[in-house]
Amino acid sequence: MEKQLLHITVNNEYHELYIKPKKLLVEVIRDELGLTGTKRGCNTGACCACTVILNGVAVKSCSVLAMQADGCNVITVESLAASGELVPLQKSFLDHGAFQCGFCTSGMLMSATALLNDNPKPTVPQIKEAMHGNICRCTGYNSIIRAIKAVADGKYKEGK
Amino acid sequence: MEKQRLTVINTPVHNIDGIAKITGGAEYTFDVNLPNMLYGKILRSPYAHARILNIDTRNAESLTGVKGIVTGKDTIGVKQGIWRRFKELCDEEILARDIVRYIGEPVAAVAAVDEDTAEEALDLIEVEYEPLPAVYEPLDAIKEGAPQLHEHAERNINVTRHIEWGDVDEAFLKADHVREDWFRCSSQAHVCMETHSAVASFSKDKKLTVWTTTQSHYYIQVLLAWTLGLRENDVRVLSRYTGGGFGSKFELDSAQFCSSLLSMKLFKPVKIILTREEEFMATKRRTAMFYYLRTGVKKDGSFVAKEARVFTEGGAYTAMGATALYLTGFFQAFPYVWPSYRYDGYRVYTNTTPASAMRGFGAPQATYCAETQIDLLADDLGIDYIDIRRKNAMYAGYVVPGQAKIQSCGLMECLDKIDNWIKKRGKLPKDHGIGIAAYGFMSGGIFNWFDTPYAFSSAVVQINIDGKVDLYIGSQDMGQGSNTTMAMICAEELGVKVEDIRLHMGDTDKCPVDLGAWGSRETLMQGNAVKMAAADAKKQIIEFASAKLSPNIVYDLDIKEQWVHLVSRPERGLSYFDVVKEAIRGKEGQTIIGRGHYTPHRKGMISPAYSFGVQAVETHVDPETGKISLKNCITAHDCGKVINPIGVEGQLEGAIAMAAGYGFTEDLPMEDGKIMNPNLVDYKVLRTTEMPETEVIEVETYEPEGPFGAKEAGEGLTNPTAGALSNAIYHAAGVSIKELPFTPEKILEALREKEEKKKKKKKKK
Repeated sequence: MEKQLLHITVNNEYHELYIKPKKLLVEVIRDELGLTGTKRGCNTGACCACTVILNGVAVKSCSVLAMQADGCNVITVESLAASGELVPLQKSFLDHGAFQCGFCTSGMLMSATALLNDNPKPTVPQIKEAMHGNICRCTGYNSIIRAIKAVADGKYKEGK
Repeated sequence: MEKQRLTVINTPVHNIDGIAKITGGAEYTFDVNLPNMLYGKILRSPYAHARILNIDTRNAESLTGVKGIVTGKDTIGVKQGIWRRFKELCDEEILARDIVRYIGEPVAAVAAVDEDTAEEALDLIEVEYEPLPAVYEPLDAIKEGAPQLHEHAERNINVTRHIEWGDVDEAFLKADHVREDWFRCSSQAHVCMETHSAVASFSKDKKLTVWTTTQSHYYIQVLLAWTLGLRENDVRVLSRYTGGGFGSKFELDSAQFCSSLLSMKLFKPVKIILTREEEFMATKRRTAMFYYLRTGVKKDGSFVAKEARVFTEGGAYTAMGATALYLTGFFQAFPYVWPSYRYDGYRVYTNTTPASAMRGFGAPQATYCAETQIDLLADDLGIDYIDIRRKNAMYAGYVVPGQAKIQSCGLMECLDKIDNWIKKRGKLPKDHGIGIAAYGFMSGGIFNWFDTPYAFSSAVVQINIDGKVDLYIGSQDMGQGSNTTMAMICAEELGVKVEDIRLHMGDTDKCPVDLGAWGSRETLMQGNAVKMAAADAKKQIIEFASAKLSPNIVYDLDIKEQWVHLVSRPERGLSYFDVVKEAIRGKEGQTIIGRGHYTPHRKGMISPAYSFGVQAVETHVDPETGKISLKNCITAHDCGKVINPIGVEGQLEGAIAMAAGYGFTEDLPMEDGKIMNPNLVDYKVLRTTEMPETEVIEVETYEPEGPFGAKEAGEGLTNPTAGALSNAIYHAAGVSIKELPFTPEKILEALREKEEKKKKKKKKK
């Protein structure tokens, strides 16, 4: 299979990469760009551990061909706290113990970021609905819901 | 007991690995990439039982990009297992040489330049099998003439376990009421978000380094050395981060063994990551059990006698499943006082994926059956559900005959708290019910079937010139938060802050031995070792401070919040940092080193300490569809002294999700030994929208054996939920379901039966 040229902006950095067209977005993010914060839990689009934000929308990067993201803008977990300062959602996750093993956490943070970008004041049922696809086997979710709700309620301000 | 002033313990402390985990910086085995690394894939048996006649790898080897293939012939043929004290229980070769006994058993492994090539090569390996008759159910497998899996195990009986105290037969004669019930407990998958994986690198100086997602670096080190013919300390096992364990990651697995074997052949690093499908089909799982319970009680609800008989679906190999058989027998009598008790357990080999340890380790099964039956007994006698439990509850000082001594127990207070909550909840909406279940669990096992010559847990503390403390431990944090717990215990004992601790773990080259994160060991066992090491280091600091302060001999010294001081005159003291500097100078420039270890001695047969609790679950049962939904889940919990409230709350909520899944959504249905739902769409773990509201009530006790009075706080919380849920359904809909999980089909069927019985009764009238 002939390699194709992919133009992609990841975390505000523009890349041009020659890749096999069958490569998944998650593979390019992890293997080509070395951004291993994005995890892969099932590779069949069933667990959302690999969630990234593609042109503003939360997507499962194991279910998107990298070439489908040609010319697009991708945000991964590494974009949070890029300056070294945790963003409100991360601070809230830390305070609420909203992770344990941490393997699903990047996906959780990305799904929650996309939700809060769309709807800065979600209700608990809206949070649960938005996070329904993300599997966490450790926490039982409630701490994650509380962490997101605390941010939505304005308990964590940027730079505070 | 003198009340200690605590400055770290029982305060909410952020997970010390938290920032790495929420910024994407935590490196899991899944993320380890080495130069010149190859990728491995494993060929697995499509047969539940077959003889391997021939394996032809020539076509696969000639595929471009394939670098090497190994089969059973490349191994030294060790049959390994965790129960190393018993040769016949070491029955599993990781790469089968002769016979395969379950669908998914590894027969060959390929290393290639990428995963796709390795996958393609698997299709080119030709394996000639002679299918053998197979047996899948334990009650079939014990029959005379059933296909036999292992030569040494007649009627496929793998392990038996007998526990008995009191005169059971005599006691039954004296009982006012006896009831018998059969239960079936299903299997369950661990579903760690990080699948089993390993990166193995064998160097030309014959040293093997293996990055792997594990609960016990030490076990994997020993098992790899044994099965590969290497010296134990020429094998280095490492990983700081493990993406979930839940009991699935302390036995040697196919990713670890095959990547190592391939690397030894090729002298290149080899990475194997199991797919989610392999994870379901071919890693261990919770043990399914058939449970017979015969129970005798007095009219007033006092327990008199219990007889339990259990047949477990062992799968093809022993694994850690023998321990589940052992523990389910012990916890069947928990957390109550049984004047007489008899347990006979049989672990039966079947041609299915081996069943082994999973969070709760046989106790969730025991608790489900026992607690379901207790509500039925209460109804038979017309007694309140809480009262029958109060009447028979274990208490501090109780000795389980020949088994265990209970030193701390908050069960009665837990029952009171739950009783209050139920009363406050008042009248329930239509089709709602509240069910309760009482439970307990161990704080680490006393048994040493693995036959380690080391202390069960060890720790080393090193204090540097700037006061920073290096803490070396062998235990693993697979998400349960033990790294934070250990840092807190060390900081408290030493009198410093959590940020003064630099924790080293997850590396057999650098860290002392600990048996690993299973059986709720860490808080008590590793915690005691850490506390001892910190106390050893503290003593050395205090010696120097004492010389400097030269107090009257009647004063003793302590350190709290980085201040070395006289206990009764805390204002008289010195800065920890200053004393450390001088102490190191006094030791001719050597750092201060403290050592600690823990091995339980004379603590009974099971564990040095036990957690207790009572859980209430409120559920709605839809009488039209049989569908249940969880509404509330309240748990009164005695884990001794709570070390980190954030951690304990997280453990509790997580356990509810996993245990509720066991109760009503999760199952591993099989057809002829083949798991039918090996993916996350058909295997239903709980999602956000299915979680009930949760509330935890801490009932604090002081456990004399635990560090700062702490005991088990995570695994035991998996025990009550299926039983509480079973009782909630019973009280909501009037049907008792004796087979896990509680699917809508089973509930509807039970409702139909109930209606028919009612009709028949009417007709008779």
